[in-house]
Amino acid sequence: MAAAIHINQLCKTYGKLQALRSVDLDIQQGEFFGLLGPNGAGKTTLISTLAGLTRADSGSASILGFDVQRDYREARRQLGVVPQELVFDPFFTVRELLRIQSGYFGIRRNDDWIDEVLANLDLTDKADTNMRKLSGGMKRRVLVAQALVHRPPVIVLDEPTAGVDVELRQTLWRFVRDLNQQGHTVVLTTHYLEEAENLCGRIAMLKQGRIVALDTTSNLLSQFSRQTLKLRLRDGAQLPPALAARGQMTPSGAFSIALNDLDEVESVLHVLHEAGARVEDMELAKPDLEEVFVSVMHEAG
Amino acid sequence: MGLGFRTLLYKELLRFWKVGFQTVAAPVLTAMLYLLIFSHVLEAHVKVYDEIAYTAFLVPGLIMMSVLQNAFANSSSSLIQSKVTGNIIFVLLPPLSYREFFAAYVLASVGRGLVVGGGVWLVTLWFVDLHYSHPLWILAFAILGGMMMGALGMVAGIWADKFDQLAAFQNFIIMPLTFLSGVFYSIHSLPEFWQGVSHWNPVFYLIDGFRYGFFGRGDVSPWLGLGVVALCTALFSVVTLYVLQRGYKLRG
Ligand SMILES: Nc1ncnc2c1ncn2[C@@H]1O[C@H](COP(=O)(O)OP(=O)(O)O)[C@@H](O)[C@H]1O
Ligand SMILES: [Mg+2]
Repeated sequence: MAAAIHINQLCKTYGKLQALRSVDLDIQQGEFFGLLGPNGAGKTTLISTLAGLTRADSGSASILGFDVQRDYREARRQLGVVPQELVFDPFFTVRELLRIQSGYFGIRRNDDWIDEVLANLDLTDKADTNMRKLSGGMKRRVLVAQALVHRPPVIVLDEPTAGVDVELRQTLWRFVRDLNQQGHTVVLTTHYLEEAENLCGRIAMLKQGRIVALDTTSNLLSQFSRQTLKLRLRDGAQLPPALAARGQMTPSGAFSIALNDLDEVESVLHVLHEAGARVEDMELAKPDLEEVFVSVMHEAG
Repeated sequence: MGLGFRTLLYKELLRFWKVGFQTVAAPVLTAMLYLLIFSHVLEAHVKVYDEIAYTAFLVPGLIMMSVLQNAFANSSSSLIQSKVTGNIIFVLLPPLSYREFFAAYVLASVGRGLVVGGGVWLVTLWFVDLHYSHPLWILAFAILGGMMMGALGMVAGIWADKFDQLAAFQNFIIMPLTFLSGVFYSIHSLPEFWQGVSHWNPVFYLIDGFRYGFFGRGDVSPWLGLGVVALCTALFSVVTLYVLQRGYKLRG
């Protein structure tokens, strides 16, 4: 079975700037994949190369086995891209636009599917509205719809929720999740790490054109981020000497203690008890992707 | 060519048709103003080829000029608008081949050229009685002229990054070429030097050949005109196709 996306030693420079430095990446069919990284990391450049909007200097990429340069027509049929920029064609209504976009992909009489997509994106009542009359959030939905007119097996969304209200985010993720469950491969870039954590099975982190972390979301979480015990002691007491080295005081006067595994909770409480310190409040903080992200980006230098 | 090509052609035609006031009515009005002013000023003084009244001589030139300028404007402005606003990606993401891409933009340019040219022709029917000696030549030069300028418009639209650059292309290349082509005069009335220069201007052959279709006579043979124009059209087309295939500017 061909990989949904296969990227081999892809390099791209803009003048002196190396936007992609020999990126290797395979994404399997049916995955929900997250592509994370700070601004300027090269996420959009990578996506543009897959979509044929940019030509790489060297290396290759293919979609479901079709090389994005050599078999560009077949590759593009497999791919639906929601671009980062909020672009639109002011001459047309939503439905006209979606019909035209279907035609570009060689699909005629696509109205059943168009209606379904519109309904799923809560756009049905805007179908005959001109693009320039739509709000930003609505335009974003149309961009998603345009990317889906040809039912692409591989869907790439480049920061689809940047500056978008909660309602649209929820609508969008419900729809994209359904598509993923029906077998579509989904690749997502986002700055909302919570979103990525909830949605993505696997994640790649990009920094300055390089992949600096690539693993399943759960592995990344357990590998990079330990659980922490947050506690507050009665009467403003300090941590006993046995724990002082491991604990950090937060600005509010509470302490956080990093744990290697959950069994350590017991021993920490035991030490506190022995020392006569009494716990006023206690909370176990789960690892989150944000910590992973920060530490990966930090380690990658 | 497949449905993708036909859809892009349809979209490009719809694009100018939806703003027809600007893209069709305005250039027709401009041509009318030229006709009123020049014929008023020159009708009594100028006879071309001895027996043809100046207004009758002028009209085919104006029609052709409208065809050419609007064909150029259509492909070039569509491309630059899409590039500047970013919605060019909607035609870059689908599996359109570069030949389909080229053909759709050029044919839409021909369409706009013919619609505006036809509009000018219709309105001028009120003012002059035209002869149609060789309708096929009329059609051949109109279509070929639209193709040539449509292809040139693509080159300009792809090359330009900003509207001012396109405007410069229009003002410094297209306008001089059309105005110095014999729209308003027969080049036989020019000094010899400028007659020579005119023979290097492909637009001259378009105007002259087009006029030949009406009056049955021109400054040069229509076959020579056809050859020159076909060669230029082929040249601009090859350049455009090459540029599209390489992805120059459009696929950085
Ligand atoms: N067309 C371009 N010309 C010059 N530099 C570019 C171009 N596109 C992107 N870059 C640069 O390449 C780097 C990667 O950009 P991009 O892929 O947009 O990052 P991301 O999407 O991760 O924020 C950035 O430094 C950006 O400034
Ligand atoms: Mg980006």
